[in-house]
Amino acid sequence: MKIIAAMSGGVDSAVAAARAVEAGHEVIGVHLALSSNPQKYRSGARGCCTIEDSHDARRAADVIGIPFYIWDMADEFHDEVVENFMSEYAAGRTPNPCLRCNEKIKFAAVLDRAKAMGFDGVVTGHYARTRESNAGRTLHRAVDPLKDQSYVLAVLNREQIDGAIFPLGDTEKVDIRIEAEKRGLAVAQKPDSHDICFVPSGDNAGWLRDRLGSEVGPIVDQDGTKIGEHNGAYTYTIGQRKGLGLSVAAPDGAPRFVLKIEPVTNTVVVGARKDLAVSSMRGERAIFCGPAVGAAPTRGFVQVRAHGAALDCTYYVDGAHLVAELDEPLLGLATGQAMVIYDGDRVVGSATICETA
Amino acid sequence: MSVYLDHAATTPMCESAIGAMNTALRKLGNPSSLHTQGRSTRKDVEDAREQIARAVHCQPSEVIFTGSGTEANNAAIKGLFWNSPKKVIVISSIEHHAVLDPALWLVEHEGAELIQIPVTNAGVIDLDFLRALVAARGSEIALISVMHSNNETGVMQPIAEVVNVAGSIPVHTDAVQSFSKVPLSYKDLGLFAMTISGHKVGGPLGIGALILRRAVEIPALLHGGGQERDIRSGTLNAPSIVALAAAITAGVYDASAVSKLRSHFEEGVLRARPDAVINGQSAPRLPGISNITFPGTQSDSLLLLMDSEKVSCSTGAACTAGVHRPSHVLMAMGLTDVLSQSSLRFSFGATNTQADVDYALSVLPTVIERGLAANAVGKK
Repeated sequence: MKIIAAMSGGVDSAVAAARAVEAGHEVIGVHLALSSNPQKYRSGARGCCTIEDSHDARRAADVIGIPFYIWDMADEFHDEVVENFMSEYAAGRTPNPCLRCNEKIKFAAVLDRAKAMGFDGVVTGHYARTRESNAGRTLHRAVDPLKDQSYVLAVLNREQIDGAIFPLGDTEKVDIRIEAEKRGLAVAQKPDSHDICFVPSGDNAGWLRDRLGSEVGPIVDQDGTKIGEHNGAYTYTIGQRKGLGLSVAAPDGAPRFVLKIEPVTNTVVVGARKDLAVSSMRGERAIFCGPAVGAAPTRGFVQVRAHGAALDCTYYVDGAHLVAELDEPLLGLATGQAMVIYDGDRVVGSATICETA
Repeated sequence: MSVYLDHAATTPMCESAIGAMNTALRKLGNPSSLHTQGRSTRKDVEDAREQIARAVHCQPSEVIFTGSGTEANNAAIKGLFWNSPKKVIVISSIEHHAVLDPALWLVEHEGAELIQIPVTNAGVIDLDFLRALVAARGSEIALISVMHSNNETGVMQPIAEVVNVAGSIPVHTDAVQSFSKVPLSYKDLGLFAMTISGHKVGGPLGIGALILRRAVEIPALLHGGGQERDIRSGTLNAPSIVALAAAITAGVYDASAVSKLRSHFEEGVLRARPDAVINGQSAPRLPGISNITFPGTQSDSLLLLMDSEKVSCSTGAACTAGVHRPSHVLMAMGLTDVLSQSSLRFSFGATNTQADVDYALSVLPTVIERGLAANAVGKK
């Protein structure tokens, strides 16, 4: 096949591109420029898409022996990912921009453009596997549980999965680095990127405050009694315990946690740990990358964080919502996060959590 | 087959330059040394300097060798500014970054004021603007720099008129693209300073020259051994200098042949894509450069597709990250940022043939169709 290798400048996408070449594909390397004003260097393991990263990607492509280009997707990234990140926080939800980027940029804008240009698909360095089945191609967890990225890929629909190649899903990360060394790729020991690429400081709250302003508002307990103040409700996350700066201690002296964020009144509601407990969740914008899910309750697992546990659940579709009822309650679950349903290691689908109970 | 249509970026070294360079590489001697070997290398360098001076129409002592055209431009812009008590720098709005960026640097760090001369839709500077500017603020202007021809469009600039309008104000021209392609005389133009580069004329990479009026002592960028009138210290790059002179002397560039190829290409493009627009077509242009807007496309997609069809062309000047940005040259000519990002530069050189043109034209329709499709999905 004729495919585009999305190359971030990191070790994973470089090895993925090299493996795709060895698998007999005609591969062209593309680095996505996602910032219109990129920094020159990465600071530690934070951020990506710096000029240094694009040089690393180019060097890897040259060593692998494939053509290399840079695609400027800064406008698309800003409109689809950065703006969404801000508006979700402003609405009191906790978005995952990496999922959003996979859904809207890497496997939409890039894949669409690649197909229009005569390519068959996109290869990336994500840790996940695909399998062919009677129901078409399905998405599965990677063998390396620490690196598994099926969660952030669960926003892909069937067509997008059909156009995607993930050559690293069968290998542990440590072996990818060894393989990169053997292939003479200088990025073999480059640190993994963490956090949110467009917040290179790692200070999400500060980044949001700079853009959304910092309006002082009340922190209240569940009775509505004001027990503190905050500088912008959106900088809090459900389940957060640290950094609340409360002036009034709880009657029982127990620590308090963020239970709810009310953006309209700019209020943060706190309470006891037990009040964080969630036993069911509803998600909107459901996407199924395998066979569609119906109204019949089905046993499976739900995962609500990128590297969170797979929780036993019963799931079903209720109207426009995907619902998961947990066997055991979960403490602290923010709306805006993705709920991803698994059937064993197969990704069933995902939705954006809009309601918890 | 593969077709190279990016001669404005760099063009193959000619055989005589490769031969001269190989011979010089085997030769021992620092041209600044006083002994036999040093004198021998020095003679080669000075022979080359005289050959280059003859081609440029200047005194041999007016040739200052540099490591690149960019360095020569930096030396000229910064040197002429530092050499003057005046604070205004005037450049055209379509200069190469090697002129634009040192000028902006002087604004940021040295208190310069930068005034850019606008261009017409055809890409030629507005002489009336310059006349009015010189009339109003001539006494404040430290230097004027206008390129001899533009690297993206090939549009030639009225340098003789610029010098005439400038009067006693020093005028520099970046002649990197024009040199050895079109008639060019430093002396007849009455220039103060001029930049040329080796690898655009069949010479090697890494050699350029600033032509600077004798007895003008501008502050140096590089300090050291005092070579090149103390304006550019550093051991002279004898093999590259000798090769540059050999390339210039060989004169392999046939302007009328290149111009004919370019015409055939442009005619073919317009037949295949009647909506294509040739930028700067109504102005005098260099023989080899063709800058074409393909509405509804994105040039980085087109470049990828042309490259996969083995045709090498350019999206204009690349920036640091390799990210394609709207060309300031095309924008100055009145194109929108969208249209300027829908443009490709094809540049023809001494090694191109009609078969190259035919091949490029044969792949173009599919490339443009796919480019249109790729752009359409991006806008949905």
